[in-house]
Amino acid sequence: MQNKRMLPYRVLDLCDRKGIFCGRILGDLGCDVIKVEKPGGDPNLNLGLFDHDSLESEKSLLGLAYNANKRSITLAIEKTEGKEIFKRLVQKADVVLESFPPGTMAGLGLSYEELSKVNPSLVMTSITPFGQSGPYRDFKAADLTLWCLGGMAYVSGDPDRAPVQVSSPQSYLHGAAAAAAATLIALYYRELTGETQWIDVSIQEAVVHTLMNVVQFWDVSGIVLKRSGAFRTGLSTAANQRLIWRCKDGYVNFPIYATAGGAQSNAKLVRWVESEGIRDEYLSSIQWEEFDLSTASQEQFDRVEGSIGRFFKSHTMDELYQGAIERGIMLYPVYGAKEIREDPQLMARGFWSNVDFPELGEVTFFPGSPFIFSGERQDIHRAPLIGEHNEDIYRGVLGISKEEFVTLKEAGVI
Amino acid sequence: MAGNALTGVKVADLTWSVAGPLTVKFLADHGAEVIHVESSTRPELLRVLPPFRDKKPGLNRSAYNACFNNNKYGLSLDMNHPRAKEVLQRLIHWADVVTENFSPGVMGKWGLSYEDLVRIKPEMIMFSTSQMGQTGPRAKVAAYGTQLVSLAGFTNLTGWPDRDPSGPYGPYTDATLPHVGVAAIMTALIHRRRTGKGTHIDISQFETALNFISPILLDFAVNHRVATRKGNRCSDSVPHGVYRCRGEDRWCAIAIFSDEEWGRLCQVMGRPELATVPRFASFQQRRENEDEIDRLISEWTAERAAEEVMCRLQEAGIAAGVAQTGKDLLENDPELAHRHFFRELEHKEIGRHHYEAPPFRLSKTPCELLTPGPCMGEHNETVCKKILGFSDKEYNDLMADRVLR
Repeated sequence: MQNKRMLPYRVLDLCDRKGIFCGRILGDLGCDVIKVEKPGGDPNLNLGLFDHDSLESEKSLLGLAYNANKRSITLAIEKTEGKEIFKRLVQKADVVLESFPPGTMAGLGLSYEELSKVNPSLVMTSITPFGQSGPYRDFKAADLTLWCLGGMAYVSGDPDRAPVQVSSPQSYLHGAAAAAAATLIALYYRELTGETQWIDVSIQEAVVHTLMNVVQFWDVSGIVLKRSGAFRTGLSTAANQRLIWRCKDGYVNFPIYATAGGAQSNAKLVRWVESEGIRDEYLSSIQWEEFDLSTASQEQFDRVEGSIGRFFKSHTMDELYQGAIERGIMLYPVYGAKEIREDPQLMARGFWSNVDFPELGEVTFFPGSPFIFSGERQDIHRAPLIGEHNEDIYRGVLGISKEEFVTLKEAGVI
Repeated sequence: MAGNALTGVKVADLTWSVAGPLTVKFLADHGAEVIHVESSTRPELLRVLPPFRDKKPGLNRSAYNACFNNNKYGLSLDMNHPRAKEVLQRLIHWADVVTENFSPGVMGKWGLSYEDLVRIKPEMIMFSTSQMGQTGPRAKVAAYGTQLVSLAGFTNLTGWPDRDPSGPYGPYTDATLPHVGVAAIMTALIHRRRTGKGTHIDISQFETALNFISPILLDFAVNHRVATRKGNRCSDSVPHGVYRCRGEDRWCAIAIFSDEEWGRLCQVMGRPELATVPRFASFQQRRENEDEIDRLISEWTAERAAEEVMCRLQEAGIAAGVAQTGKDLLENDPELAHRHFFRELEHKEIGRHHYEAPPFRLSKTPCELLTPGPCMGEHNETVCKKILGFSDKEYNDLMADRVLR
C-alpha cells in the first residue's frame, strides 16, 4: 500500500457485502485494511471466478470495486487454531469490522469483551441490518427489504406501480459508509482519552437518513409523501411538477425552481425557447420572481410544461446540457455509464484510475477515491486475490515460522 | 454542547441545504461545538421549503431545515456587510474546522479561502464540498442534488424498463455525502492531532455519488455493458420484488436467494406443490418464469396486510420488509422505537417534533440530541459574547449596524 497515510491504523475486515464499503473507505484514507476471508474466499465475492458474460458477474464487480485498497488473508476463524491466530492479529490491530448476524461473534468467543481482553485499545464496529438489539434484530434482510423498511422505496418510482429500488443496490453502502464515519469518531476519541468502544450500526437507520424531509412531512404537516415518477413531489402540495423530460435522444432533468436562483434559471430557459421561434404568450408573460412554486396550480404547471416539453424534444441531451451550462440554466442530462465515463469534469479532476489486475489486465476508468486532501486524491490499489497477503501478514506481521505456516495451511486454517 | 466523543471540537459551519448541514449534524450529535453561520440577507433554501408546521410557511417553521441542524448554535450574519469580517476573524480564531458548500470561489470573495484561513490559523481544517468539486471546467455550474441525481446515473437506474425513468426520491446524491464527509473531517482531525498539520478537504458530491454505483461503472469499463433500470429485479435473487398487499398502497418486499428459501416461501403461501413444479425448480427456471411467479406471490399477498406478510415470512427465515411510509417509520416501526431513533425536541416555532439519531451508537459515548435546529439568529448574543468574546457594547454595535440581524 502506498496510499498517502492520513491514518496510521490497522483494520481487520471480516465483513461480507453488507459492510464491504466500510473497509474500502478506511483503506482510501490510508489505513492498512486486512480482509480476513474464509479459506477459498467469500463465495459471493470471488474475484477468481470473474466472468465477463456471467449473470453473476455483478458479485465479482462488487468485490472488484469495494475491496480495492485492502489486503487479503485467509483464516478459518471458526476453528480453534483459527481463533487463536485471529486473536494474535487483533493484538496488532486497531479496529475489527464485522457484519455477521447479531450474536455470531460472541458465539465464536470473539465478542467485543473477549477481544478487548486481548487488546484493550481495540475499537470494534458491527454492521447489521437492524442493529444489535430490538424486535427485528434477527430478521433476515436483503438490500431491497432494507430499502423498503428504511422508507426509500415507498417514495421512489411510478405512482401506479410498486415502490422501486435503485437497480444497483444502495442500502448496504449507506450502512457501511455510516460505519466508517462512526469508526473514525471512536478512533479520534481514543486518541484523546485512550478509551475504546463498540459501535452498533443499523443499515435500516442509514436508509432512513436518505429520506430528506419524508418523515418530517408526516410529523409536522400530517402528509404521507408518495412516489410520483418523473414528477417531483415534496416541494409543493398543490401540483406535480415535471422533473424528467424526454429529449431527442434520451432524457433531461429540469425543475421549475423556486428562490432567486431558480427564477433566473427558469427565465433563461424561456428566453432560449423564444429565441428558437417557439411562441407561447402564457410562458413569456410569467414573472418568475413572483411565481410561487408552493401554491401554483396544476393548470399553471401544465401550461408551462407544454412548450418547454416541445422544445426539449427537438434537442439532444448534449445540446441541452451544453446550452444550459452556457446560459446558466439548472438542467442536467440523464446519464448512463457511457456518458459518465466521457464527462469532461471527471476527466479534468483525475477521477478515474488505471488499475492493473492479474487476470483481467488493465482496467481503465476505475472509479476513483472521493477523498482529496490538500489537492491530492487518494490512490486506488486493486482488490487483492484471496489470501494474496497470507505470507506477508502471517510471517511478516505475526512472525509465524515457515514450518508453522505450512502446518496451518495443511490443517485448512489458512 | 453535549459531553461526549467530540467534546472540544469546534466547527464554524457555513454549509446550507442538505449534504453539508447533515454532515456537521453528525459531529454535533457527538458533542462537537458547532456554530451554524447563516446569511441573514439570503435565507438558505431549506428555510423556505416545506414541510412547515401546520403547512404555514415561515423562515423558522420548516422542519426540513430544522432536522439537519439540531445541537448547533445559530448565528445570522450579513456576509456582505463591511464589518462581517470582524465577526468572521474571531470565528476563525475559535474554530478547528471550517465547513462550507458554496459554489467554488464564493468563500474567497468573503476572504475565507483556504489560503486566507491558514494565514490566520496555519493548522486550520477546511471542509469544502460542492456538486462538482473545487477544480475543473464545470466546478461552478449551478444546480441542486435534485438534478445531480440524473448526471450521476441514479435516475436512469431507477424505475421500470418499459417506462420513462423516475429516479429515487429527492436530491438523493446529497444522501451519499454525509458519512463520507464525516470520515474525511475525522481523518483530518486525527491527522492534525498526530502531525500538527491542517488540510483542505475537497469532496465532490458527483464523485462521492459515483462511488455508490461503482459496480455499474465497472460493468461498463470491463464488459462494455450499460446498465439500466430493471424495476425490482436482481441478478442474484429470484423472486425479488415488492408485492401489493391488502389496503391502500401497501406493499411488502420479498427476496429469495436459494432453492430452500423458495420451498419455504411456497409452504408459507400454502402452495407447497409449487416448490416441486419443474419450471420453478432451479434458479434459472425461476428466472425464466419470473413474471408468473410474481403473479402467484401477488395473489397471496393481496389478501394480507403488509405487516402480516413480513412477519409470516420472517418466521420462516425469509427476507421480507414492508415498504414503509414516513408515518410508518415514525409511528409503527417497533425496531426504530426500541432503538430510540427518533428524538422529540421542543422548537420555538415548530413546537415538539422529531429529530433523527445517527445510524450508529457508540457504546461509551452515544449521541445526544439536546437542542432543536435554531431559529434564524437565535444564538447571536450567546455566540458573540460567550464564545467569541465580544463585549456588551461591541455586540450592541454589531446589532445596531445590522451586521447581525
